[in-house]
Amino acid sequence: MGWFKRLKDGIQTTTKFKKEAPDGLWYQCKQCHETFTVKELKENFYICSKCEHHARIGSHDYFDLIFDGKFELLFEDIRSKDFLEFTDLKNYKDRLDVAWEKTDLTDAICVAHGKVGKRPLCIAAMDFSFIGGSMGSVVGERISRAVDHCIETMTPFMIISKSGGARMMESAFSLMQMAKTSTKLAQLSRAKVPYFSFMTDPTTGGVTASFAMLGDLNFAEPKALIGFAGPRVIKETIKRDLPEGFQRSEFLLDHGFLDFIVDRKELKTKIADLLFLFENKEEI
Amino acid sequence: MVFLEFEKPLENLYDQLEKIRQISEEGDIDVTDKIKELETKIKAKQKEIYSNLTGWQKVQLSRHPERPYTLHYIQQMCKKFVELHGDRKFKDDKAIVGGIGKINGQPLVFIGHQKGVNTKMRQYRNFGMANPEGYRKALRLMKMAERFGMPVICLIDTPGAFPGLEAEERGQAEAIARNLFEMAQLKVPILCYIIGEGASGGALGIGLGDRIFMLENTWYSVISPESCSSILWRSWDYKEQAADALKLTADHMLEFGLIDDIVKEPAGGAHMEPDKMVKTLKAHIKKNVAELMALGEEERIQHRLEKYSKMGQFDIAKAKNKK
Ligand SMILES: [Zn+2]
Repeated sequence: MGWFKRLKDGIQTTTKFKKEAPDGLWYQCKQCHETFTVKELKENFYICSKCEHHARIGSHDYFDLIFDGKFELLFEDIRSKDFLEFTDLKNYKDRLDVAWEKTDLTDAICVAHGKVGKRPLCIAAMDFSFIGGSMGSVVGERISRAVDHCIETMTPFMIISKSGGARMMESAFSLMQMAKTSTKLAQLSRAKVPYFSFMTDPTTGGVTASFAMLGDLNFAEPKALIGFAGPRVIKETIKRDLPEGFQRSEFLLDHGFLDFIVDRKELKTKIADLLFLFENKEEI
Repeated sequence: MVFLEFEKPLENLYDQLEKIRQISEEGDIDVTDKIKELETKIKAKQKEIYSNLTGWQKVQLSRHPERPYTLHYIQQMCKKFVELHGDRKFKDDKAIVGGIGKINGQPLVFIGHQKGVNTKMRQYRNFGMANPEGYRKALRLMKMAERFGMPVICLIDTPGAFPGLEAEERGQAEAIARNLFEMAQLKVPILCYIIGEGASGGALGIGLGDRIFMLENTWYSVISPESCSSILWRSWDYKEQAADALKLTADHMLEFGLIDDIVKEPAGGAHMEPDKMVKTLKAHIKKNVAELMALGEEERIQHRLEKYSKMGQFDIAKAKNKK
């Protein structure tokens, strides 16, 4: 298992993109508050070894966990702009500047092409650290181009969702990205290219109500929050407390909206298995 | 008549008109000139008020309690209409209605959000907020329309999809996503009209089509101005500013290329002359259905796919540039 060794060695995990993993030597689990060194956490796939809580990680962490070594980033030159000159308490332009400054990311989704178990896969992975993983025109356009790339090269496609929903500062343009991404996935489906939707904590709003729920297979990390409306809004609407485990991966699996839940430790093996199973030599 | 806050100057004029009419009925004083004068004043005042509406005022007009709703339009436009119920899976959602009707011999499948006309009916219709079964009923009807080559007409008027516990349990997100996916490639023409409120995914869930239209005094946005205010301004008091910032009016949406046309409303809004509004909408549907039916099935789908692929505003950065 070369990839496992690689993680341990930390040779190819680019430190540049580790913004989602906390800086410094120590990490405290958000769930059980146990403290680990960051090195220990990384070696355990960013999972708490005491309570199994999956720490929130970024697109590049997933690329490192999933791809066989090298991968190529695509469509990084597409950038958000403040087309509506949207101003609330801050300017959208300033919000973008801060996000670009604070992270090494160019937007809330990152597309990469690589191999998993020697088979090609294109992954679009979202970053919560970039304006809450919100979907604006760039998220839509990068998914759109990734779909074109997958159709052209007959490469299976996977999206790793992690989002608070739509990017309000792009108003209707942001809303239309739901339509745009769903339309592109319809094209992918018509081309008979497999699409895997992998949901991580949190996957909510317009992202859930478009590409996240449209996988040929839908799967999720354990205990991820997945829903359309946020728990706070639902609580305010129904005026009572929500049941334990409501809108978590296990709840969605039980209600028939997921194919399975996958532990981060099993993720790469599982994806490699799927690529093997979906492969039809005669067609490719 | 119900007058909104910014319509108060009109209310006075209408009151005067009413009084004069009463006087003329009681006695034999000739008030024809006075009535004419008042009517002219009303027209001028209407023009003054309605030609300069702010985003928030349009939001208020779109929610006017006397505004015509989906079933009113369908029943007035069609010689015959049969409402169809249920998603065949769980339930019949009262917040989304649908059925088959005919306009000038052309069978059409109508789908729309339905609001209630009084307190009891508003609750019965869940204020036009659909559950997953509403979106699934809509999809069932669209699939039927596809089998029989009937164009689909969607009338959109919702403050949003219902954010309830059961809605989540039954997959609100999946229901909306599935509709987007299927509507993108439906073989028959789809026309979508925002006839009142177009709030977020709840509106879009029956809002993807070949051509998208907005009635003049409606809005379409990723979030309502109130919710936007509460999230971004952390207070409910900035709805006017939020409505402006969101640029949610029909004029903006047409300018952005996100809709295809604006359907004119009678002076003062659709509710002032509902019959005139019905006539305008009917003619608009007839014209657009004919145009879309003239295209081939595959050509129509290709246009639709391209239309949505193009939506978005972004920059292309020079290599290695951060912005
Ligand atoms: Zn823990």
